[in-house]
Amino acid sequence: MRIGLFIPCYVDALYPEVGVSTLRLLRSLGLDVDYPERQTCCGQPMGNAGFEKKAVLLAKKFDELFSPYDYVVAPSASCAAYVRCFHPHLLGSHEAQKQCATSEKTMDLVEFLHDVIKVKSLHARFPHKVSIHNSCHGVRELGLSSPSERNIPKFNKIIDLLKLVDGIEIVEPERPDECCGFGGMFAVEEQAVSARMGLEKVRRHIATGAEYVTGPDSSCLMHMQGVAQKQGLDIKFIHVAQILSAGL
Amino acid sequence: MSTKHSKAAEAYLQDDAVVTRHDQTFFGVRQKRDRMAQALPEWEDLREAASQIKKHTETHLADYLEQFEQQTVKNGVHVHWANDAEEYNRIVFDILSSHQVKKVVKSKSMLTEECHLNGHLEAKGIEVIETDLGERILQMMKLAPSHIVMPALHVHREDIGDTFRRLIPDFDEIAKSYKPQDPHDPNDPTFLTYVARMHLRQQFAKADAGMTGANFGIAETGDVVVCTNEGNADMSTSIPKLHIVSMGIEKLIPNYQAMGVFQRFVARSGTGQETTVYTSHFRGPRPGGEMHIVLVDNGRSEIIGNPEHWQTLKCMRCGACMNTCPVYRRSAGYSYTYFIPGPIGVNLGMLRDPHKYYDNVSGCSLCCSCDNVCPVKVDLSTQVYRWRQELDSLGHADPMKKMMSNGMSFLFNHPALYTTALRLSHVVNWMPGALVNMKLNPWAYGHEMMKFPKKSFHQIWKEEKL
Repeated sequence: MRIGLFIPCYVDALYPEVGVSTLRLLRSLGLDVDYPERQTCCGQPMGNAGFEKKAVLLAKKFDELFSPYDYVVAPSASCAAYVRCFHPHLLGSHEAQKQCATSEKTMDLVEFLHDVIKVKSLHARFPHKVSIHNSCHGVRELGLSSPSERNIPKFNKIIDLLKLVDGIEIVEPERPDECCGFGGMFAVEEQAVSARMGLEKVRRHIATGAEYVTGPDSSCLMHMQGVAQKQGLDIKFIHVAQILSAGL
Repeated sequence: MSTKHSKAAEAYLQDDAVVTRHDQTFFGVRQKRDRMAQALPEWEDLREAASQIKKHTETHLADYLEQFEQQTVKNGVHVHWANDAEEYNRIVFDILSSHQVKKVVKSKSMLTEECHLNGHLEAKGIEVIETDLGERILQMMKLAPSHIVMPALHVHREDIGDTFRRLIPDFDEIAKSYKPQDPHDPNDPTFLTYVARMHLRQQFAKADAGMTGANFGIAETGDVVVCTNEGNADMSTSIPKLHIVSMGIEKLIPNYQAMGVFQRFVARSGTGQETTVYTSHFRGPRPGGEMHIVLVDNGRSEIIGNPEHWQTLKCMRCGACMNTCPVYRRSAGYSYTYFIPGPIGVNLGMLRDPHKYYDNVSGCSLCCSCDNVCPVKVDLSTQVYRWRQELDSLGHADPMKKMMSNGMSFLFNHPALYTTALRLSHVVNWMPGALVNMKLNPWAYGHEMMKFPKKSFHQIWKEEKL
């Protein structure tokens, strides 16, 4: 099984340690991982802002770059969801009317470890209390957990994986899957609403008594960290890949 | 980078206590809805059935409309067809004036809001009294609804008390008849409700005509179904001899079996009640009375032919999407420029007039919660996403967003340039905070600036041979 590692643009630029953790974690499971160097961005920032035409060529390049791999794995639920849910439409709108080869096999790290590799044990140790951040696209587009709106059996793949980590204490905030208010350019266009949503979310995470907020999406974590620092609120943020690989 | 919605929301957000109360009130309704959803094992099946029924009806609408008309005529009802708001207003006025109506009592109808009926009738000298308590309060205060199901939930009882004392002529007399007598809080909700009830009873008794909306029209039987919690639709139609129903053509469903599906969960979705207190079925005129149904298109048949947005026609106006919307709860109804706020309102506004209502399209973080509460599975967030794609060709794209998107696209389409940019990005860290956190940087409004690491993942991969 050959895995193409997709490190989305903002993770690449701002959170390289998340990329390194993901790579180490996948290799520690004996997987053959490659990082195609000409990758950049999935196009979501433009699409959500209303300029998906500017993302069509990116989607095409993404598909060409990653189609040789059996799976494409990204430590970012929202970007994986954009490839999964929107790339087929983008490629279909392209003049070549191309079929999307990568949409089905592009997965978020949590989803991949849980559903494909079916990880049952890890060597990680993280003796801290963590509050789970269930990011919207992870919950409602990729199905990483059961959406609170739905009457379906309860599950949470992030928690399933974190339970394999030694010493960890896992909690969820009130309103466990309410949006933190990031939303890409929403955060700058609707800055007042976004900041308010972020502040409430951070406070709910703090109210759990956790030392860390963790989740599968660095974008939500980045937003909440920025809000927390601006407001002088004391809680740390860490990507789930860093916890799952802690001690490797 | 801002819109009328984002600016209005920013102003609204200045009062922390008001925002907190608004958010908690409507999240509370969402939670009541969740408890109802969890209590019905067949919940998700109901959603699918309701979605399919609506899809079937909307895509066979012409047939069902004819069947409905035949049935209603057979039941002794007069049927009128209105192509747009203007024709609708004219038809209603003609019916009222031909019956020498001076005063109309009305139960809640978003369609009459959509067509601005009240203003039209009042300008022609007909008095219109809203009889839904929330709507009546807003009418007296000259305010618009801020939610489609709970239109006045944002108004404080002190203001309601003041309004009643000022505008209900026999307020003191009504107050005297209230048991238990004083001492009581002058703005006690039970007391104010009593005053409203007595005041409205007088209106029902004096009215020459009653108007209702329609939650459902049943094609097979010609029934009109109206759901209320106050019984005001029944009061509006029990005393006056003339009953006029205003109904959007998308409200049709095929038969009573379909009605059973909706009856089971429309109130559960919207307000978290098992059912509305009253579900009234109107099939024909009262003895000696007259019943009219005005079927209104006003753009709806255009929407059926719109492949990207036809699903909005499935909407039953239950309000569930507003209650769950994290943006609606923190910006409230008046921040939106269309009279229906929240996810469905953003979309309906764009269908009404995109040049007038495009400012609401920013009010969505694409969290997709609305898609998951909607009882008829309208793809609300996908539609918002689609509208955003339209803004540029409509001439309403934000220039800064456009510039940023063009810039990102250029950078991401040139991997070598992208890698160079990454190598330089940590330079941002050395800039003084004041420069980075300046006004031009919209990220700095709510956030401390992020720190760029010395090396990107790209560089680490290359240099450290991972």
